Amino acid sequence: MSPRILLAAFVLLLGVAPQIVPEFYITLLNYIGLYAIVALGLVLLTGVAGLTSFGQAAFVGLGAYTTAWLTTAHGVSPWLALPAGLVLTGAVALILGFMTLRLSGHYLPLGTIAWGISLYYLFGNLEFLGGHTGMTGIPALGIFGIDLKEGRYFYYLIWAVVLGAVWLTQNLLDSREGRAIRALKGGTVMAEAMGVDTARSKVVAFLVAALFACVSGWLYAHLQRFVNPTPFGLHIGIEYLFMAVVGGAAHVWGAVVGAGLITVLKQWLQDLLPKLFGASGNFEIIVFGVMMIIVLQRARDGLWPILTRFVPQRGGKREAPQAEAMPKRSMPQSGEVILEAKNVVKRFGGLVANNNMNLTVKAGEVMALIGPNGAGKSTMFNCVSGVNSPTEGEVLFLGKSVAGLNSRQIARQGMSRTFQHVRLLSTMTVLENVAIGAHMRGDKGVLPAMLHLERAEEQRLLAEAARQIERVGLKEHMFEQAGSLALGQQRILEIARALAADPCLLLLDEPAAGLRYLEKQALADLLRRLRGEGMGILLVEHDMDFVMGLADRVVVMEFGEKIAEGLPEEVQRDPAVLEAYLGGVE
Amino acid sequence: MDLQIALLLSQDGITNGAIYALLSLALVLVFAVTRVIFIPQGEYVAFGALTLASFQAGKTPGTLWLLIGAGVITAIVDLVAAARAGKMKRLPQILGWNIVYPAVLAAIVLLLKPTGLPLLAQVVLSLALVVPLGPMMYRLAFQPLAEASSLVLLIVAVAVHFALVGLGLFFFGAEGSRTPAFSDASFDLGMVTVNGQTLWVVGASIALIAVLYQFFERTIYGKALRATAINRTGARLMGISTVMAGKLSFLLAALIGALSGILIAPITTIYYDTGFLIGLKGFVGAIVGGLASYPIAAAGAVLVGLLEAFSSFWASAFKEVIVFTLIIPVLLWRSLTTHHVEEDE
Amino acid sequence: MQVKKIAVAVIGAVAAFAAQADINVGVTLSATGPAASLGIPEKNTIALLPTSIGGQKVHYIVLDDASDTTTAVKNVRKLISEDKVDIIIGSTITPNSLAMVDVVSEGETPNISLAASAKIIDPANPKTKWVFKTPQNDGLMAAAIADHMTAAGVKTVGFIGFNDAYGEGWYQVFVQAAEKKGIKIAASERYNRADTSVTGQVLKLMSVKPDAVLVAGSGTPAALPQATLKEKGYTGKYYQTHGVANNDFLRVGGKNVEGTFLPAGPMLVASQLPDSNPVKKSANEYIAKYEAAHGKGSVATFGGHAWDAGLLLQAAVPVALKKAQPGSKEFRAALRDALEATKNVAGAHGIFNMSAGDHLGFDNRARVMVQVENGAWKLAK
Repeated sequence: MSPRILLAAFVLLLGVAPQIVPEFYITLLNYIGLYAIVALGLVLLTGVAGLTSFGQAAFVGLGAYTTAWLTTAHGVSPWLALPAGLVLTGAVALILGFMTLRLSGHYLPLGTIAWGISLYYLFGNLEFLGGHTGMTGIPALGIFGIDLKEGRYFYYLIWAVVLGAVWLTQNLLDSREGRAIRALKGGTVMAEAMGVDTARSKVVAFLVAALFACVSGWLYAHLQRFVNPTPFGLHIGIEYLFMAVVGGAAHVWGAVVGAGLITVLKQWLQDLLPKLFGASGNFEIIVFGVMMIIVLQRARDGLWPILTRFVPQRGGKREAPQAEAMPKRSMPQSGEVILEAKNVVKRFGGLVANNNMNLTVKAGEVMALIGPNGAGKSTMFNCVSGVNSPTEGEVLFLGKSVAGLNSRQIARQGMSRTFQHVRLLSTMTVLENVAIGAHMRGDKGVLPAMLHLERAEEQRLLAEAARQIERVGLKEHMFEQAGSLALGQQRILEIARALAADPCLLLLDEPAAGLRYLEKQALADLLRRLRGEGMGILLVEHDMDFVMGLADRVVVMEFGEKIAEGLPEEVQRDPAVLEAYLGGVE
Repeated sequence: MDLQIALLLSQDGITNGAIYALLSLALVLVFAVTRVIFIPQGEYVAFGALTLASFQAGKTPGTLWLLIGAGVITAIVDLVAAARAGKMKRLPQILGWNIVYPAVLAAIVLLLKPTGLPLLAQVVLSLALVVPLGPMMYRLAFQPLAEASSLVLLIVAVAVHFALVGLGLFFFGAEGSRTPAFSDASFDLGMVTVNGQTLWVVGASIALIAVLYQFFERTIYGKALRATAINRTGARLMGISTVMAGKLSFLLAALIGALSGILIAPITTIYYDTGFLIGLKGFVGAIVGGLASYPIAAAGAVLVGLLEAFSSFWASAFKEVIVFTLIIPVLLWRSLTTHHVEEDE
Repeated sequence: MQVKKIAVAVIGAVAAFAAQADINVGVTLSATGPAASLGIPEKNTIALLPTSIGGQKVHYIVLDDASDTTTAVKNVRKLISEDKVDIIIGSTITPNSLAMVDVVSEGETPNISLAASAKIIDPANPKTKWVFKTPQNDGLMAAAIADHMTAAGVKTVGFIGFNDAYGEGWYQVFVQAAEKKGIKIAASERYNRADTSVTGQVLKLMSVKPDAVLVAGSGTPAALPQATLKEKGYTGKYYQTHGVANNDFLRVGGKNVEGTFLPAGPMLVASQLPDSNPVKKSANEYIAKYEAAHGKGSVATFGGHAWDAGLLLQAAVPVALKKAQPGSKEFRAALRDALEATKNVAGAHGIFNMSAGDHLGFDNRARVMVQVENGAWKLAK
């Protein structure tokens, strides 16, 4: 059975469920649906983007309270209250996101706890929202004249929303914007170097998660027809996170599985435990906690990856995507100086990492920067690529100073790089990894992506990525997970990713490290071909043989300073270089 | 607000802040060594205080049964692991800590009737009951997941918290307890009166922080923990067992938690679920300290205590709103000023 | 074909018989979570209720709602649709009970709430038609406090209550009661059940120098403000609400709560009531039963509300049984009608006389003023 048939069967089952299952199961399914919508937002935010939030329940509360207040105090139709709630939640999420998404590491989850608790007590202490006691008399929903008072009908609305949200999320993840969000987990340095505005991608994930939570809250208010603060407190916020992680936080369907499992398990414990232990104690929470520990010890990535093991993966050979080529930038004339570092000094506190460094790279040449460990090559590399800014001196790219530009803006101008320590998203395919490189060549936003209105552009981006993969010789690995490649191949993959950005200058940080002899030769061939096409290449490398056979010019660094520059054979004979490498020649 | 009120509020804030500071130290320690955000920290506070209260009420504390149960399970898990690894010579050690020790304690508690013992003996006995739960918890819940992502560890910590709160309700009931003060003395300092227990709390916190400092600076175990906190892989290569480090950090966290509970039980009422909020505020302090620096974490915790005291005077209904909203700018400032280097691996 | 028909008929008959035989009582209580100190004695009390009424077996299906409205509503839906209960008892707290009103009225299932607020049953409308309650309305208790304050010459009051539905509800009713008597509320503070310190609130209260302080909290957490007030040297009068009426409060409060006044159901001081008081016998019977099962001194007045719900059932079920069979819509309607017609049922907390406009039916006999004296509850004059 293919996943597609399974999905169809699942939807069919959902469709007929209310006709065959007892009333209470529909109630349970309704709650599962409501929770799944919130957990789905958390999959995007926490599982995919790596931003842990305990505060989603507060957004559910915003949705629920907005509609509760508008429909009871002002007689507004629930269908108008929904967009009102979305606007309000979006505004609050933007403000909170602006403040908390800048928080790094563990500041972020604590930030979400902080506003989660604040909003909870705010709901409880505002008299017009019914205070802690709550608001009654929220009207039932009606649609096309059908009163959704009964759970059996409401069920269809909830699950339509769940499936819609799953569809939107899947579409988003399978798009240029989605790849940018997925790239966040691999660290912002790589994503920024590929031209991804990581701050924006974080806000997008945060906003989508908050809006999903708001819709869930709107549904909750009209299902429950009563709101008070307790369902929007911190404990429930933690529970949503629980659902996402237990189900499989990195997978869209994990949210549905997690919400289902936790809800059913709690119900089941409530029914079963009194029969085992008698009605005197309350063992549900104890047994629940212990079971969750065991589940996570057996399946730390959640249950969804285990479930999918029983489903055969999409079989058959997948075709490389094809589409009309993307427009390319006009390359500088071969021999023209494209990068020039003038008297660059970089200090970290009292330590001088680069002192008075000068170097140039011309279009159509391979320039190698070599030196012993700790010579300051990587610092120089970071100054050039905009990760660090030089303390003194300046760096000119295509004749313009890059001072004040961040790595994203520099990347946009045509400089693309690889990393000394490979920075790939190991669970994404080779194709998707390379497509991140092409990020700034597309411009379709989040909404078209969620609705899949950007397929033409997406196809061109993927085709471009596929072309670069073929170019570097990884064609047969195109649909494999990047993490499954050998280290040498991963380095090549990084080059393909850099090429997908259509650069005129390529910065390569030790590309030959970990490569076997034949692979090195293939890499050298590739670089020669690129040089032939007019690409400027700056190479930081340890491997002398590789450098000497390939580079047009070499700059040698030691103790942060340039000690030699020239043709490979000249540099090889330079006494200072020999001393640096071999520790003296006398 | 006059000066006297301000002084009284400061005293209150510092007393609570001292407890938050202790907890934040434990949280920083556990996180640095094991990467676990130790949500159940607060349960040790409640268990410590309520175990002491049970002794004083002449009841057998439920934590005794928990210790015996956890000991048996730990022994089984350890024995299976030892048998698989063919290291049966660890047998006496496993049985000694997990079976014999709880059994001896059970004998003391059940035969000696601790109600009549002096307070200090009751305190020691309470700690002896609660503290070993720390390493056992590490062994059972976290050790199998030592290499998992910190998100998974966090969620497991939440699950442990759920289970312990449920057990707390079962053992101690929903109503709270207070214990008698260590000292009834009070000192008149012009406008404010400082009572003995407050001095105990602040003094014990400072003393404990000093002892911990000595422990980390001077002892081989302290240095091993610091090494593990700085670089897990490196420490392991140097022959420091990460399992040992994990258990030791949980032991210290349990000790700090239980002691905090025993210290504040005379000045407030402790409930089975008190721990969560106290732990959360300790957590705030710890995060303000960047989960790395002990002195800043302690300062952060005292800041939280003061914020709380003053906002409960000004607008008590909105106390949480104020405290947690004000925390966000502090976090922002901390986040921007701590040099955050993305891991290169 | 014939066999199948017979089988269907047999199964139908068995099912009908099963439904006929038993009365199912659904119970949802806050046995865990913040309201556990109220929910646990209630849950213990359900176990003491009779398992047979009017010759019919009675099943109790007890669920925990963890003091959470979502769970309470889910429980009620389960009890109605899955267990087909004839009546629902619970929940323990006001928000949960309010949230349940819609569901029980749609399910046309009578509900006896064990929560305090009058909002649960008032105003009478097609929804609240199905809802009854046994605890005294907090308005009744607030009026008692206001009366007592007037008599004691209290002019200004400092209020400190839980930062939740309990404290909020009490503040609202006490404001009304105090206004009627011309008592001024000089300060109103909030604190959380699990707060470790209320020094800030107490200093604020003392800064306005009120004649008395009213603490609106339930169980042992209500002792902390009083302890702090004592420590800071407050010398005025102390009032508490009936939420503290259990022995744990006395245990934790110790000498700090000596002299405190509170309104309570008569059951708290049952042994001190005159023998002529009809509540005395009923209350003593409950206390004896509860303490036989859970030990001396373990009884709390909250459990008495569950006991009273049981008494209402014992009075109403025989009437309803004459009209319809348990498990049917008609039985539930008859049970509701019978509950509404309850007259002169003496419970542990008072005498129930219900009507269409009053689904509680208590009068002033349902509350007494009590004072803490020598670490015990003492009936105040």
